[in-house]
Order: sequence, then structure tokens, then C-alpha cells
Amino acid sequence: MFETASDYAQNVDFVMLLIVGISVVLLLGITIAMIYFVFRYSRKRNPVAKQIHGNVILEIIWIVIPTIIVMVMFWYGYEGFQRLRADSEGAYEVKVYGFMWGWNFEYPNGKKNDTLYIPLGQKTKLVMTSRDVLHSFYIPAFRLKEDLVGGKSTFIVLEPSKTGSFDVACAEYCGLNHSRMYTKLHVLEDSEFDKWLKIGMPEEGKKDETKTLPKDSVKTEAILE
Amino acid sequence: MSDSTVSTNGDYVNFYQYKGKHTGILGWLLSVDHKRIGLLYLGSMVTFFLVGMTLGFFMRLELWNPGQDIMGPQTYNALFTLHGIIMIFLVIIPGIPAGFGNFFLPIQIGAEDVSFPRLNLFSWYLYTIGGLLAVASLFLSGGPIDTGWTFYAPYSLRTGTEVIMPLMAAFILGFSSILTGVNFVTTVHRLRAPGMTFFKLPLFIWALYSTAWIQIIGTPIIGITILLVVVERLFGVGLFDPAMGGDPILFQHLFWIYSHPAVYIMILPAMGVVSEIIPTFARKTIFGYGAIAVSSIAIAFVGTLVWGHHMFTSGMSDESRWVYSFLTFIVALPSGVKIFNWVATMYKGSIKAETPFLYVMAFIFLFSIGGLTGLVLGSLATDVHLHDTYFVVAHFHYVMFGGTIFIFFAALHYWFPKMFGKMYNTKIANIALAIMVVGFNMLYFTFFILGYLGMPRRYYDYLPEFQGMHQFATVGSWVMIAGILLMFINLFLGLKNGKKSGNNPWGGMTLEWTVPSPPPLLNFKKIPTVKYGPYEYEHYDEVTNNVN
Repeated sequence: MFETASDYAQNVDFVMLLIVGISVVLLLGITIAMIYFVFRYSRKRNPVAKQIHGNVILEIIWIVIPTIIVMVMFWYGYEGFQRLRADSEGAYEVKVYGFMWGWNFEYPNGKKNDTLYIPLGQKTKLVMTSRDVLHSFYIPAFRLKEDLVGGKSTFIVLEPSKTGSFDVACAEYCGLNHSRMYTKLHVLEDSEFDKWLKIGMPEEGKKDETKTLPKDSVKTEAILE
Repeated sequence: MSDSTVSTNGDYVNFYQYKGKHTGILGWLLSVDHKRIGLLYLGSMVTFFLVGMTLGFFMRLELWNPGQDIMGPQTYNALFTLHGIIMIFLVIIPGIPAGFGNFFLPIQIGAEDVSFPRLNLFSWYLYTIGGLLAVASLFLSGGPIDTGWTFYAPYSLRTGTEVIMPLMAAFILGFSSILTGVNFVTTVHRLRAPGMTFFKLPLFIWALYSTAWIQIIGTPIIGITILLVVVERLFGVGLFDPAMGGDPILFQHLFWIYSHPAVYIMILPAMGVVSEIIPTFARKTIFGYGAIAVSSIAIAFVGTLVWGHHMFTSGMSDESRWVYSFLTFIVALPSGVKIFNWVATMYKGSIKAETPFLYVMAFIFLFSIGGLTGLVLGSLATDVHLHDTYFVVAHFHYVMFGGTIFIFFAALHYWFPKMFGKMYNTKIANIALAIMVVGFNMLYFTFFILGYLGMPRRYYDYLPEFQGMHQFATVGSWVMIAGILLMFINLFLGLKNGKKSGNNPWGGMTLEWTVPSPPPLLNFKKIPTVKYGPYEYEHYDEVTNNVN
């Protein structure tokens, strides 16, 4: 059911495992200590409490060690994400328009479609904007999402590691049919992708959303130029 | 008036029996007694909590199957919006400070009332008016608001539903919050009993004090933001709507500058209650008093600098993203310090795990899960995947419900005998807690998995592959609600026919346990002089024998 479609997605899973792993150890430590103390120092076994006001060394230890742990977590979370976004030089660019309630993808050769096709062999940069309210382009298999904001452009970099079809959802609440704004991302071999790209508009024409676009679409498109 | 529970000072008139200028219902609605006002708040909050819970119940029911079960998408969207608005603005934010804070802050610092009793009553009226406006907005022509409790622009500017009225409700509730904050800060500064220095304050007071400052500093920002949205809706000024040259991300910044610190308004008072309950049932001084007190202030301060972590995918610059990620990890540290100190307090204690203590144990477990999954969300790579999915929903229910609301319940059970002079059935209370914890985890732990598998939040419909887990969570919601209802019924029966509890059933040391239950009108016969810290159990006999 749940796929990883890029090396980056595997990196996210690794960061997740790292943080969850450390967290489980901490959670078990806290819980077991608590339950042990409740039994070991129950009023029956230990009628008189020992008044301990604190311990400076312990306080220092449990500030310093968690600081180191969270800095490690921060670094792993930061590093991979920043690398992916910083390096989109020479990527294949597809324009993405979100609207209530659907998607429109526009290719460099002018081709438009409502599902997304990308080539396996190179990076694809999705340059996105919204035609109305906020939306968020979310591809679970790539562990990526980014909001589409009217009046400005945002981007996502995709680096697929295998071919296949993946779900795309809207993750920013956008009204009545927010939950039905699903579409598909198809990753194709480069040769197939080129073939697909050349297929004339008529065949894909019925999926073309141009006619249903709101009137200000010309203005919206200027944002991604 | 004689009361057999008050053997130490024969006859006294408790605050229920006291006859003021007004009697009957007016004796409550026009009372400036902090205890009556506290109970007014508690009554309102429990009512709103039950309403919010019912909305949640219907949301879970709708999600039994993909597609339509019992309501259309418009109704569902209104339900999750109202569930959020009610639970956050009407229950969790005011919950512990306005309810228990009003009742116990003056008593714990040895004062007769808060600094401004009339202002205090006025705050409750603002709260009530805000609540009523929110409810009234449901019946206006546009229909119930469907923006989500975050009111994100430009959707909130464009939806045809009634937005202005609930926004004004939130605006008024904000003033209630600010005025309560002002009142508490002044009271803590001016009305402490002789000998009660700042570092002899109970930790609940430290928590309320930190919270009050965030309320005073943070709330005006949300007030202004709300007004800007109203102005934009009414007059079409292009502040947030990109179609008119506005910036929707500006709205998110303004919203979270308040609403993230608000998370600490919600949790700090709960942490304060935990720091009261553990020493009482362990008969032991709190471990690291200074560290816990200072960590409250640290959370309040650093907490104002981390709002951007709600916006990692908003289109904000990449530099801002890592800066906010870094700061978010820093704010986790003082919360960790508190948890370690609480557990350390149990070491070599003399623990009697009665109902309030069991609630605290459940809290430490659930809140730790909430806090640790917060680390997952503070980390950039994982947050970008999990943002706006069920993982986030799970995280904040563990923190807000498993944290604040569980401690709200703990406080109800802890201070019940003090507030009402009666005791509930502790066995049933413990069973109710066990049922709640099981149902809670069935419901919300499932959300973590759903979220990681890519189930976005605020979804009326979902992919068929998620159905099994949605149904499991819905069954969990039934179990949890059964537990909650059992708990309230048990408390209600305790209120009606509970046995008299005595003044200090748990063996507490803070000042509220030295006055009769229920307390008299101005709390103390004679304002006490404080010699020791709040949990110095080596002086237990001396402090508690000096009963008022």
C-alpha cells in the first residue's frame, strides 16, 4: 500500500525511524521508571518519603543530553531536505495550477493535462501557483508537499527512482470538495515520456481543463513566467 | 451553621451558604467571589466540552465508510471547524486558568480574592457572550462557518458561510483572556500572603503566572488579525487576498504568532497542576522546584519564537524553515526537564496512587507521546511529509487532550473535595480512566499510522485502503466517550450523594488544604504567614495543624 518512489523518500523514512527509535527509548524509560517507582515506593513499602529537593548534576545531565539528541534530529531533518531543494539546476520544469477542485499541468511544449506525467531519467521541478484559495500539492510516495499560493510561485523537486503511478492529494483545506482533489502522478521511462509528450492535444483534449478555468487565468499564468 | 466536617473551627459559613446582596441565581450571576466565578467557568466549560465531543462523535461516525454516510461534505466541514473552535477557544484555552485558576489562585497564595473581583466577573460575561455569539452564528443566513478553526485566508475571505460573527466571538473571547491575565499577574504581585516569596509560590501559581503573561502579550495580535479579516470581508481591502494584491502567508504569520504561544497557554497550567498532584500523593517535596519554575518561564519565552513550524510547507523561504525548525527543537528541552523532574519526584516518595495521581500517570505517558511526536514534526524532512495529515491531528490530540484535558479531569478529581466538600466514588473514577485511556489510544494512535501512510486531514472522503483503520478509530471513539460519560456521571453522583470529604483528604500541603471544605467567603479567617516552601513535607504537621 505504501510506496517509496525516490531516494529522498527513503531518506525521510530513515529520519523518521531515527527520531521514532530514540523517542521509543525515551518513552519506555520514562514510563518504566514511573511505574517502577509507584510500586517500589508505594506507601505500604515506603511509609516515609525521603525529602530530596533536587540535584544540580542530574539537572545538567538531562538538559545537556537531550540538547545533543535534538540537535542530531534537527541536522538529519534539515540536511536532506535542503539538499533536495537547493539543487534543481537543469531540472525539467512543469507548471502546476491548483484550483477549486482540481489540477492543471502545463509542459514546456504547451501541452496541458489534468494528471501529471514525468520522466524517470531526470529531475522534474514543479513550479506551482493557485488560481484561487490555498491548495497543497502532496505526493505521499515522494514524502513531499508544498502549498500553492495565489499571487506567488512555489516549487517542489521530484527525483523519481522508479516508474509507476502514484496518488497526488490536496493537503491544504480548500472547501467543499477538498477531499476529492486527488489526481495521479505517472513516472515514465524517458522514451515513453517523450512519446507521451508528443501525442497531439486532440487525444488528451477531453481532459484539457482550459475551458473550465476562471476568467483571470491569464493573470495567474503570468506569475509562473 | 454547624458542619461536622469542620471540627477545627466549629461554625463557619461556607461560600455556598453565604448570603450576599443577591440570592438564588443572581447570587451566582452577580457574585464577585472568585470561587463562584471559577465554578461558573467550570460549568460553562464542561458544557462546551460535551458539545465539542458530540461534534467529534458525529465526525468519526461519518468516516465509517468512504463517501457519504450520514451527512454531506458541507456539514462535515462545518463540524470540524466548530469542533476546533469550541474545543480550543471555549474549553482548552480558558479551561484550567479561568476555571481552577480562579478558584485556587487566591487561596494558594493566601489572598481573600483576586485583585480586581469585578473585572473578574466581567471576564466571565465576555466569555459567555463570546460563546453565545459563536453558537448564534450557526443560525445566521450564511450557515455554519466552514473555514477550519485556523481561518486561513483567502478561503475565509471568500466562503459564503457566516464568518464575521464567529470571528467576533473569538475577538471577544480574546478580551476575556487578556483581562483574566491582567488580573492574575496583578494578584500574584500584590496579594501574596506575608512570607510567601516568589520562590515559595506553589508551582501551579508559577504556571498560571507565565500563562497570564502570554495571554497579555499574545492575545492582542490575534485580536488585530481577526479585525483585519473582518475589515477585508466587509470593505474588500486587499490585505490577505492575492486577487487584490494581498498576501495569504502574512495571515498565517499573524495567526500563528498568537496561536503557537496559545499552545503554551493551553499546556502550562496543566503542567502546574501536575506539579501540585505529584508531591501530594508522594508525600514528598518536588524534585527541582527551581528548574520547574524557570522552565515555565523558558517555555513561555522561547514559545513565542517558534510559530513558523506551522508553516514549513506554506511557501515561506527555505531559510525561515530551518531557523524555525531549530528553535522548535530548543523549545522541546524545558518540557523534557519538567517530565524528568516529575518522575524523579516519585523516587523514594511514599506514593499512594489515588485517582488524581493515576490521571497524572496517564498524562505523563500520553503527553510524552505527544511531545516526542512533536520532534518528528519539528524536523523538516519528516514534517514536510506529515504536515496537514492525520499524524498532526494525532500529535495535537495527544498534547491537548492527553495533556491539557486529562489534567483538567485530574484537577476535577483532585480539587473536587475542596470545591464541594464531598467525595466521589474513587473505584468508578479509576475504571472510567482506564476505559478512557484504552479508547483514546485506539482512536488517536491509529491516526499516527494513517498520517504516515498519507491520509490528509480535514477530509470528508478518503481512499478505500484507509477504511479499516478509520473504522478501528471510530470504535475507539465510542470506547473513549463511554469512559468520559462514566467519569462525569460518577462526579455528578458524588456531587449529589457523595460522602463528606473532610478538609484535607489527600494530605496536601499547599494553603487550600488548610482551609475548610468548601472554603468560607473570603477563604481565610486570618491571612496565614508562610514559613516554608509549598511542598516541604518535613514540615507537614506544622503547616497543616495551623488550620484556619
